[in-house]
Amino acid sequence: MVSLHSGDAAAESLDKLAEAMLDREVGELLNAYVQSIDDDELESWPDFFTEKCLYRIVPRENHERGLPAAVMWCDSRDMMVDRITALRHANIYQVQWYRHIISAPRILAVTGDEIHVRSNYAVFRTCNDGESTVYNVGRYVDVIVRDKDVLKFRERSVIYDTHKISTLMVIPI
Amino acid sequence: MITPEHLKWPAGADCTAVPYAVFQDQEIYDLEQEKIYNGKTWNFLAAGAEIPEKGDYKTTYIGDTPVVVTRGQDGEIHAWVNRCAHRGAEICRERHGKSEDGLFTCVYHQWAYDATGDLRGVPFLRGLAGKGGMPRDFDKKRHGLRKIRTVNYSGAIFGTFSADTPDIESYMGEDVRASFKRILNRPIEILGTTRQYLAGNWKFYAENVRDPYHASLLHLFHATFGLYRSSQKGGCVDNNKLNSVLWASGATEDEAALDDMKKDKLRTLQTDQYELKDRSLLAGKKEFDDDISLVILSLFPSLVLQQIQNTLAFRQILPKGRDRFELVWTYFGYQDDSEELRNIRLKQLNLIGPGGLISMEDGEVTEICQNATVRDGKYLNVLQMAGREVKGDDHLVTEGLIRSLWQGYREIMDF
Repeated sequence: MVSLHSGDAAAESLDKLAEAMLDREVGELLNAYVQSIDDDELESWPDFFTEKCLYRIVPRENHERGLPAAVMWCDSRDMMVDRITALRHANIYQVQWYRHIISAPRILAVTGDEIHVRSNYAVFRTCNDGESTVYNVGRYVDVIVRDKDVLKFRERSVIYDTHKISTLMVIPI
Repeated sequence: MITPEHLKWPAGADCTAVPYAVFQDQEIYDLEQEKIYNGKTWNFLAAGAEIPEKGDYKTTYIGDTPVVVTRGQDGEIHAWVNRCAHRGAEICRERHGKSEDGLFTCVYHQWAYDATGDLRGVPFLRGLAGKGGMPRDFDKKRHGLRKIRTVNYSGAIFGTFSADTPDIESYMGEDVRASFKRILNRPIEILGTTRQYLAGNWKFYAENVRDPYHASLLHLFHATFGLYRSSQKGGCVDNNKLNSVLWASGATEDEAALDDMKKDKLRTLQTDQYELKDRSLLAGKKEFDDDISLVILSLFPSLVLQQIQNTLAFRQILPKGRDRFELVWTYFGYQDDSEELRNIRLKQLNLIGPGGLISMEDGEVTEICQNATVRDGKYLNVLQMAGREVKGDDHLVTEGLIRSLWQGYREIMDF
C-alpha cells in the first residue's frame, strides 16, 4: 500500500485502517450471503459468486479423510442457477426456512487477488410443525476476490460437522 | 422366536394389500430384528476398499446391532458385535480407524481382542500382589466377542449371524448376481460417504427402491428441464422374492407414451418451460458395454447398489427404531478411472444422495407415509399396478417387485 504520509507510524496506521475496512467488507459479504438465503431470496444466491467458481458442501468426515464426495458441487454460477430452478420447480420437500448464525470470521491470508477467509456457521431449520432445530453446523472456508469492485466468492467450501442430514438438503448453506 | 397370533396379518391382507401396522408396530419391529437381521440374511457391512490394510476397521450395524468389520493381520475380513464380552461396553468408538498393534481394547477394563474377535488379554487376570484375579478356571477362549460370519464378494463385505444362511451367490439369485458383478467388475475407489436420517420405517424405503412406478412422477428434475420426454425403456426382476434389480436404458422418444402422459395431465410434463443453464451436469461417459443408464439393485434387507448414469454407490439401510432409519451413501468409482471420469462422477453426485436433484424426494416420502399411517395399522395399502402377480416385468409401470418383497417378508416373519 502506498503511503501518502511520511514516516513508518503513519504508514502503519493506514495499513491498519485498510485492514479494518477489508474486515468490514468481508463481514458484509458473509452477512449479506446468509441473509439472502434466510430471506428466501435464493435467486440472488448465485450472484455472490464469480462466474467461474466452486461451491461445495462436504461432510467433515470426507474432508478429513481426503475424500472428495460432496452433497452439492457447483463449479459454475450457471450450475447454481440450475439448483435454484430445480428447488423452485422440480424438487419436492416440505416447507422449510433456514436461519444462519455466523461466528468467528477471520481473514487468514491475502495473497495476490485472493482473500482467504474462515468462519463458523450454525443453521437452524424450521419446518411445518413450527419446531426449530439445529439442522447443520460447520465452517465456511472461502476464497474471496474483488470482481468489478464487489467482493465475491471464487470458492466457498461448506464443511459440515452435522454428518447426519435430517431428511434431505435442498436449500444451500 | 414364534410370531404371536395378534401380529399376523388380518383377513384380506396379502402381498397386494399390506397392513400399515408393519410400518408402525414396535412388536413387529422387534420381531424383525430377530427374524430378519439376526436371521438368515446377508447384511452389507462395508466395501473392502474402506478397510484396505491390516488393522483397518469400520464400525457399522446389522439391523440395530452395532458391529465392527476388520481386516486381520492375515489380510482376511472379520466381523463381530461391538460389545465387550466382559460388561457390554462398546469397543470401537470411531466410524473408521486402524489398530496399529492389531488389538481392539475396550476402554472400560482394557480387555483386549484380536481382529478375529478372540479375547487376548484381561488385565489383572492373576490379580495384583496376590489379591483379586479371575478364577483359575476362567477360560479366555470362552469369552470372545460374538462373531459374525462374513463374505467378501466382488469387493463388497457382507455379514450374517446365522450359520444357515445360504452362500451369497445362492442368496442373491442369478439376475441379481449378474447385475452385481456388472457394477463390481474391478477394484473400486471410495469417493466418500454421506449420511441421511429419515423419520420413517425402513420398509417404506425398501418399497421405494423396488418401485419404478414413482420414478417419473415423484422425481421431476428431468421433466422440469425437458430432459425426459417419454417412458424409459427398462424392466425389473426379482430373485428369491426379496432381492431385485430394476434397470432402465437411456430415454427414448416414444410418441405413444408421451401422448398418454399428456392425457393424464401429469405435473411431470412441463416441457420447454425451463432449460438447464449448465449442461455439463449431465455430460456423462459411456462406461459399460450396454445402454443401461440406471440400475437399482436391492439386496434384502440392508443394501441398495446403484448406478445412475456415472454415479455408483452403496446405499446401506440401517433401521433405528420402528419410525426412523439411517441411509448411508458410500460413493465410489474404479481405481483405474481417468481424472476426467472421476470428475464426471463427482459432478453427477449432485443427482443423488441427501441433496440429490433426482433422489432427495425418496427420503421425504418415507416420512410422509410414516406420518399419515400412524393410527391406521389395520388399513391396507394398494399394490396392483401391472396386476396382482408377484414378479418383475419387462417394463417400468409396475409394482410387481414390491409384491415380491412383501411375499418374501411374510414368509420370513410368518405373518
